[in-house]
Amino acid sequence: MPPVSLTVVDAPPSRSPLATAARRFVRNRAAFVALLLLVVIMLACFVGPLLSSNNAIDSDWSAISLAPTFDNMHWFGTDELGRDLLVRTLVGGRVSLEVGLLGTLVSGLIGVAWGATAGYLGGRVDAVMMRIVDMMYAIPYMLIAILMMTLFGRAFYLVVLTISAFSWLDMARVVRGQTLSLRSREFIDAAKAIGVDSRSIITRHIVPNLIGVVVVYATVTVPGIVLTESVLSFLGLGVQEPMTSWGVLIQDGAQKLESTPWLLLCPALMLCATLYAVSFVGDGLRDALDPKDR
Amino acid sequence: MLAYTLRRTLWAIPTILAVITACYLLLHLTPGGPFDTEKHLSDATLANLNARYHLDEPLWKQYLHYLWALLHGDLGLSFRYTDWSVTDLVLKALPVSLGVGGVSVPIAVVIGVTLGTIAAVRRDSVIDHAVMVLGNIGNVVPPFVLGPLLVWVFAILLKTADGHGWLPAGGWGEGEWRYRVLPIALLTIINVALIARVMRGSMIEVLSGNFIRTARAKGLPARTIVLRHAMKPALMPVVSLLGSVCISSITAAVVTESVFALPGIGQLVVNGAINRDYTLVLGLVVLTTAVAVLFNLLVDLAYAWLDPRIRY
Repeated sequence: MPPVSLTVVDAPPSRSPLATAARRFVRNRAAFVALLLLVVIMLACFVGPLLSSNNAIDSDWSAISLAPTFDNMHWFGTDELGRDLLVRTLVGGRVSLEVGLLGTLVSGLIGVAWGATAGYLGGRVDAVMMRIVDMMYAIPYMLIAILMMTLFGRAFYLVVLTISAFSWLDMARVVRGQTLSLRSREFIDAAKAIGVDSRSIITRHIVPNLIGVVVVYATVTVPGIVLTESVLSFLGLGVQEPMTSWGVLIQDGAQKLESTPWLLLCPALMLCATLYAVSFVGDGLRDALDPKDR
Repeated sequence: MLAYTLRRTLWAIPTILAVITACYLLLHLTPGGPFDTEKHLSDATLANLNARYHLDEPLWKQYLHYLWALLHGDLGLSFRYTDWSVTDLVLKALPVSLGVGGVSVPIAVVIGVTLGTIAAVRRDSVIDHAVMVLGNIGNVVPPFVLGPLLVWVFAILLKTADGHGWLPAGGWGEGEWRYRVLPIALLTIINVALIARVMRGSMIEVLSGNFIRTARAKGLPARTIVLRHAMKPALMPVVSLLGSVCISSITAAVVTESVFALPGIGQLVVNGAINRDYTLVLGLVVLTTAVAVLFNLLVDLAYAWLDPRIRY
């Protein structure tokens, strides 16, 4: 009997779901470019002001209302007090990004806790909790945010809290849906069988399995929160001088369009670039992590 | 259907009541009263003022008082604009907001539905790409950036022969159309971006359905298929969007009216907030919430009525 020669066919290397997602994300060119842009913007905002010879507060009386120029690093020009707009934009960006990230964190925590509890406990608790979410959806929350800013002043953490208080609704819905489907899985039955209590099942078994969805939805939440902060600042109800944010700068620029249009255009460009970057990264992540679409 | 209508209507009441109660409590839990000014008021004056505004009664009594007045359409007196009741201020500002938002929503629906339909029927055409680009602009360029940009281009850069801008940069001008063009354009662009994208998506989905294939197979012209068969089901997501479009028009009004200096409801909210005019802001929050809840209710009912598959 002739020896059977087995040719070894290269099996495709098996990949972890995370590696697959990463490959798919990198292949999605729009999302990858957006991610690079986002990294550049964040680096610029947090490191950039340290590298510039100008700072956000000092006036340069020899350079008042200067159009964008390469001299003296006034790349974005200066305002009517001779303050460098590039540094002010970057420092303002810090506030906007910090509000965006902190707000996403807080609203994410509320959303996950709310959604996971409602989804896991089910029944009447679920019905009541989700009815509250429905009710909050119907509220025009920009007005409530304005009311809260009126009442409690305009401190930074209050801006974050106010915005977060109304941004967790989508997260709660999505997490609840996921939890409902997780609840009927075998490993939850197993956990129940060995006597784990509800709270531990939610925190130890349900929540870790939600990470993928939560990350995607958190990314989708960021632009909305950045935008809300900017609107409040634009209306003069957000952070106050000497702190600044993109909304404050844009509002200031909009007042002086006729003489110094760059005061509007430069901060507006930064805000739009950030919104573009975050929303495309979010879309890319959603596509990359979607198990239905291989 | 009747039971469903009743149930939904009944659910709207606790929502509105919850918002009123929460806002009312927030307002009264904050330290400081409306008459804590730098100018010192004599005790007697303060006592008179507090009595005038019922601030000397216990909180629950004030609250019931407010609710009772609210039921009669009385939103209380403004703390800052003396001699004005909140209701009067609202009635004065409402025509401005309606004259901008109320005009823009129907225009946006017509343009958005048309563009979305053409984009879906002619995939990869110029219009299709334009709709996608517009959708992305709507996502990325917020109204408070787009508004000043419109002002910059149409009121400052583009000049008529006598050196004035094409259009006024702001103001209401007693409702003259020239003053309304830019704000209406701004709101319309934002809404068209949203509606066209949703319409495109839903039309594409409907056009891939079995009943459309059947209609094609029996030789109906493409025009009839789109307008007679596909349009109705494709409009459903737009109907459900209408609620949020109308509500976001209220919110967008805050920004638009601030950009174009229009004396409407949005401006009233912002001024009330900056002046800490509690009754005014509270009244406006209550009003807009009621309107928003009502819109949502109407959209839900319209949806159930239009879609024969939904039975409750």
